[in-house]
Amino acid sequence: MRKFIFACLLVLAGAVQAAPPGSDPELEKRVMAISDELRCLVCQNQTIADSNAELAIDLRNQVREQLVQGKSEQDIVAYMVQRYGDFVLYRPPVNTSTWLLWFGPFALMVGGIILLVRMLRRARAQPEAAPAGDMARAAQLLAAGTNPKETP
Amino acid sequence: MKRFLPLGIFLALALFLGIGLQLNPREIPSPFIGKQAPAFKVAQLNDADKFITPADMRGQVWLLNVWASWCVSCRQEHPVLMALSRQNVVPIVGLNYKDARSDGVNWLRQFGNPYLMSAFDLNGRIGIDYGVYGVPETFVIDKQGVIRLKHVGPVTQELITKKFLPLIKELNRA
Repeated sequence: MRKFIFACLLVLAGAVQAAPPGSDPELEKRVMAISDELRCLVCQNQTIADSNAELAIDLRNQVREQLVQGKSEQDIVAYMVQRYGDFVLYRPPVNTSTWLLWFGPFALMVGGIILLVRMLRRARAQPEAAPAGDMARAAQLLAAGTNPKETP
Repeated sequence: MKRFLPLGIFLALALFLGIGLQLNPREIPSPFIGKQAPAFKVAQLNDADKFITPADMRGQVWLLNVWASWCVSCRQEHPVLMALSRQNVVPIVGLNYKDARSDGVNWLRQFGNPYLMSAFDLNGRIGIDYGVYGVPETFVIDKQGVIRLKHVGPVTQELITKKFLPLIKELNRA
C-alpha cells in the first residue's frame, strides 16, 4: 500500500514537473535552453529557467512568444539585455567592465606562482644553517652513538 | 615586515568585504539611463476608454511610478508620493503593474491618488519594456522623453529631497 502511494506521488510529481504551458516539446526545449542563459532578476542566483518567480514566468513566456514569432536566440537575448542590462546574462560578457572578473583569478594565480618560485629559489640559494650550538650537540650525540630519543 | 603581512592581508580582505556589504545587490545598473523612455499606448486605469502614452508628457519633466495594489512596499511609499503630488512640482504618472482593474481602482480610492493618471498594464508587458523587476520602481523622465534616473524599491522622503527634487529642478531649467 505504502509503495503504491509512493508511486502515485512520484507520478504526480512528474506530472507537475513536466507540464509547461506550451504543448510543443521541441519549442519548450528551446525556451528552456534560452532561459538557462538568462538570470532571474528577482532571485539573482537562479536562471529564469530554474525560477518560479512571477517575473521569471513572464520572461519565459516572452521567450516562447518570440520564438513562435520566428525570432532567433540572439534576437531574444538582445531583447533582454536591452531591458535588463548585461546583468541578465548568466554568463557575463567579456568587456572593459568585466575583464577583472574574467581575468582577475588568472592574474592572481600567475602572481602566486611567481611568488612561490621566487621563495623556493631563495630558499635553495641560501640553505638555512642550524645554530652552532645545535650542530655541536648533534655531533656530540652522533659521536656518543646514543639514541637522541632517550636523552631528556 | 614579514610579521605584518598577515595583518595586511586581513585588512585588505576586511576592506573588500566591507565594501561588498555596503553595496545593494538589488540595485542593478539600468541600461535605460540616458535612453528614450520606451513607447506604449494603453488604457488608463480609471477610464478604460482613455489612452495614455509617454508622448503625452513631452515638454515636461515627469515621474513614472510602477505600482500595484498587491505590492506591500507600494503602501510604504504611498504617503511620500501623496506629499510630493501635493507640492505640485512634478506630475506623477502611475503604471499599474499586473493588477486587477477593480483592485487598482479601489486601492487609489482607499488610500488616495497621487497620480495624474495611471496606465493599466494588466499582463506586465510595459513593465518588461521598462525593465521592471521589483515593484515599486520610479523613473525620472525629462522634457525630451529621456530617462534620467531609475529607483528600484520604495522612494523615501529623504530620497525625494536629496535626489529627485534637485534633479527635477535641474531638468526643468534645461
